Amino acid sequence: MQLVYQIVEKYDRRESSLIAMMQDIQKSEGYLPQKALEIIAKEVQVPLSRLYALATFYKAFSLTPRGRHIIHVCTGTACHVRGADKIMDKLKRDLNVEEGGTTEDGRFTLEGVRCVGCCGLGPVIVVGENFHGKLTQKDLGNILDQYK
Amino acid sequence: MNTKRFRTNIMICAGTSCISNKSMEIRVALEAELKKRNLENEVQVVITGCQGFCEKGPIAIVQPDGIFYQLLEVDDIPMLVEEHFLKGRPYRKCMYVPTDSDVPVPKLMEIEFFKHQMLVVLKNRGRMDPENIDEYIAFDGYQALAKAVNDMAPDKIIAEVEKSGLRGRGGGGFPTGIKWRLAKDVESDIKYLICNADEGDPGAYMDRSILESDPHSVLEGMAIGAYAIGAQEGYIYVRDEYPLAVERIKRAIEQAKEYGLLGEGIFGSDFNFDLHVVRGGGAFVCGEETALIASIEGFPGRPRTRPPFPAERGLWGKPTNNNNVETWANIPTIILRGADWYRQIGTEKSKGTKVFSLVGKINNSGLVEVPMGISLREIIFGIGGGIPDGKKFKAVQSGGPSGGCIPESLLDLPVDYEKLTEAGAIMGSGGLIVMDETTCMVNVALYFINFLVDESCGKCVPCRVGLIRMKEILEKITNGNGEENDIAVLEALSDTIRKTALCALGATAANPVLTTLRYFKEEYIAHVRDKKCPAGVCKALISFHISEEKCIGCTACAKTCPVQCISGERKKPHVINQDACTRCGACKEACRFDAITIA
Ligand SMILES: Cc1cc2nc3c(=O)[nH]c(=O)nc-3n(C[C@H](O)[C@H](O)[C@H](O)COP(=O)(O)O)c2cc1C
Repeated sequence: MQLVYQIVEKYDRRESSLIAMMQDIQKSEGYLPQKALEIIAKEVQVPLSRLYALATFYKAFSLTPRGRHIIHVCTGTACHVRGADKIMDKLKRDLNVEEGGTTEDGRFTLEGVRCVGCCGLGPVIVVGENFHGKLTQKDLGNILDQYK
Repeated sequence: MNTKRFRTNIMICAGTSCISNKSMEIRVALEAELKKRNLENEVQVVITGCQGFCEKGPIAIVQPDGIFYQLLEVDDIPMLVEEHFLKGRPYRKCMYVPTDSDVPVPKLMEIEFFKHQMLVVLKNRGRMDPENIDEYIAFDGYQALAKAVNDMAPDKIIAEVEKSGLRGRGGGGFPTGIKWRLAKDVESDIKYLICNADEGDPGAYMDRSILESDPHSVLEGMAIGAYAIGAQEGYIYVRDEYPLAVERIKRAIEQAKEYGLLGEGIFGSDFNFDLHVVRGGGAFVCGEETALIASIEGFPGRPRTRPPFPAERGLWGKPTNNNNVETWANIPTIILRGADWYRQIGTEKSKGTKVFSLVGKINNSGLVEVPMGISLREIIFGIGGGIPDGKKFKAVQSGGPSGGCIPESLLDLPVDYEKLTEAGAIMGSGGLIVMDETTCMVNVALYFINFLVDESCGKCVPCRVGLIRMKEILEKITNGNGEENDIAVLEALSDTIRKTALCALGATAANPVLTTLRYFKEEYIAHVRDKKCPAGVCKALISFHISEEKCIGCTACAKTCPVQCISGERKKPHVINQDACTRCGACKEACRFDAITIA
């Protein structure tokens, strides 16, 4: 939890930087541990409920741990008309999870995302930070094999 | 600038799309190959921002020859270097070939996709390294700021922006000069500027591309605005999904500060202006300016009623002027070349150019900048090269979730704020999503309503509850349970939500439903009355069949079917067990003989 104190320091305990602090923790931990939120609330001197309001409002945050690799299926309009839901269906089937779910072995979390701005390459998925574009259902197996 | 020292430059695209297509591996391979051939002192590899033709990435342009290369692979590089740089003849294999021909077009400016564009906002596209301020300066960068600060009074600047006719590119189309004047005329010791880079419309990515490929043009525009309005501090609110844009804009701010172009005493005057970057939290509604302000202040982004407008009471209660990325990026050119020059471009009420992301079912997907007034047909069939696979055009969706679907009969409509609004769509931020005969318009309406149900902030009832009711009706129709009066109920609900929602998210939410009802009613009727989905999309209303004539019994479909519902002997036509089929479409994708049809 040392990290949380560093992050709070980095933003000078500024109330207006609450979202940025939470983003940094989300990025390094993969979710927002309750303990981290408690520390921020105390250090910045805001009620804990304020942090939960932010955590539940913004899509970037998760309150539960997620898989080692996050699969973001782009559901933007361009990807939608090029068959993004077929990609999503296939991933749900193969990973045996619903949207938002994590596989039992903790390897993948499957999420839909609004638009990653790679519309020329639709349909697109982003695994971790890697983009994979112009996908068909067939391509998915090989792609997932790259992530252990 | 060091571009002068080299005989030739090869400009490699480093936009998000090309990077995801491994353009950085191409760069490494090129540098190694050039070195191997002792060309490293003659040919320079330059990294540029997005060059726009994303579908064909990774792409590279050789200058000064203007030769365009596409779909590059590492294995192509030795031959490309040998042919182009040693033997002096462009390498055919990596050239662009139009869909309706087999003759390659080597020159960038002769390719349909590029030929009809007019670059004002994207003027530096493909010609400079976005991470190097010196290159921006070499292409007249920060000259407009110098002119503004040294030679123009704030009122003169605002008058110039008013005269230019520039209107907000964030969707609403409000005249920028008038907005600036309102903010300037409010008395206050502290004022703020905001750059809205939340770019929430799905299918739109011009703002991301501008920030990635020419970040200084946005900074320069904001500095000019700050000087004119009297603001000392500004915020750039960028989507968290755009990490590369965040990185590049931050670097640009640092460089500009080092050069004294931001910070204190800009150009030796007493004008100070500082900029901060704030990352969004992934909520569409935060693109609405009052919600965005709440988000910068560290609260959930929920809109509030206006007035008071941000010009009077904005960020931390102070007068605030917010503009979209593309709006800001237009400012330096307007100041440098003058309003009279800018006004010549466009239509009577819509001046200048607009950047569109031309995507979906279109041959040449990418980012295009065109003069206002060009027709949608020219964009889609001229620049975009029409619809792939010989399919028929059905509609183009403009304006994101607040916009609408425009049918074939209106394709000659000129691109102009008023004309698009009359058609029931809006200009919006510039996403143009092309749809063909295999796109179901009821499904598209449901897609947008689902999006908005998810993104509604929940503050006002019409939006929070009304949209869910619309979603239920649309689901009923696409599931095959629609009744005749559902369409009338949808229309009535749309009207109520439009009149009573608190912010524009709700007020415009019905547009995708209303335009599809207006232009594609027969498709709704087919769903409701005949229980058919003519486009073959809605799962409850379609079935997959294998043609006995075309099937050769290769078993590819049976092997890929996730529920094992396809049977048949090897080398004999296969059949699908309709009761078990889940209509996932995997078989159709696997079939190489086009034997599977949807009915
Ligand atoms: C739901 C909603 C989402 C919006 N999203 C954006 C956006 O992503 N980017 C943007 O520039 N403007 C967006 N706007 C418009 C802004 O409220 C505002 O009008 C605009 O940023 C003003 O800049 P402009 O005058 O330069 O266009 C949105 C508005 C609404 C109601």
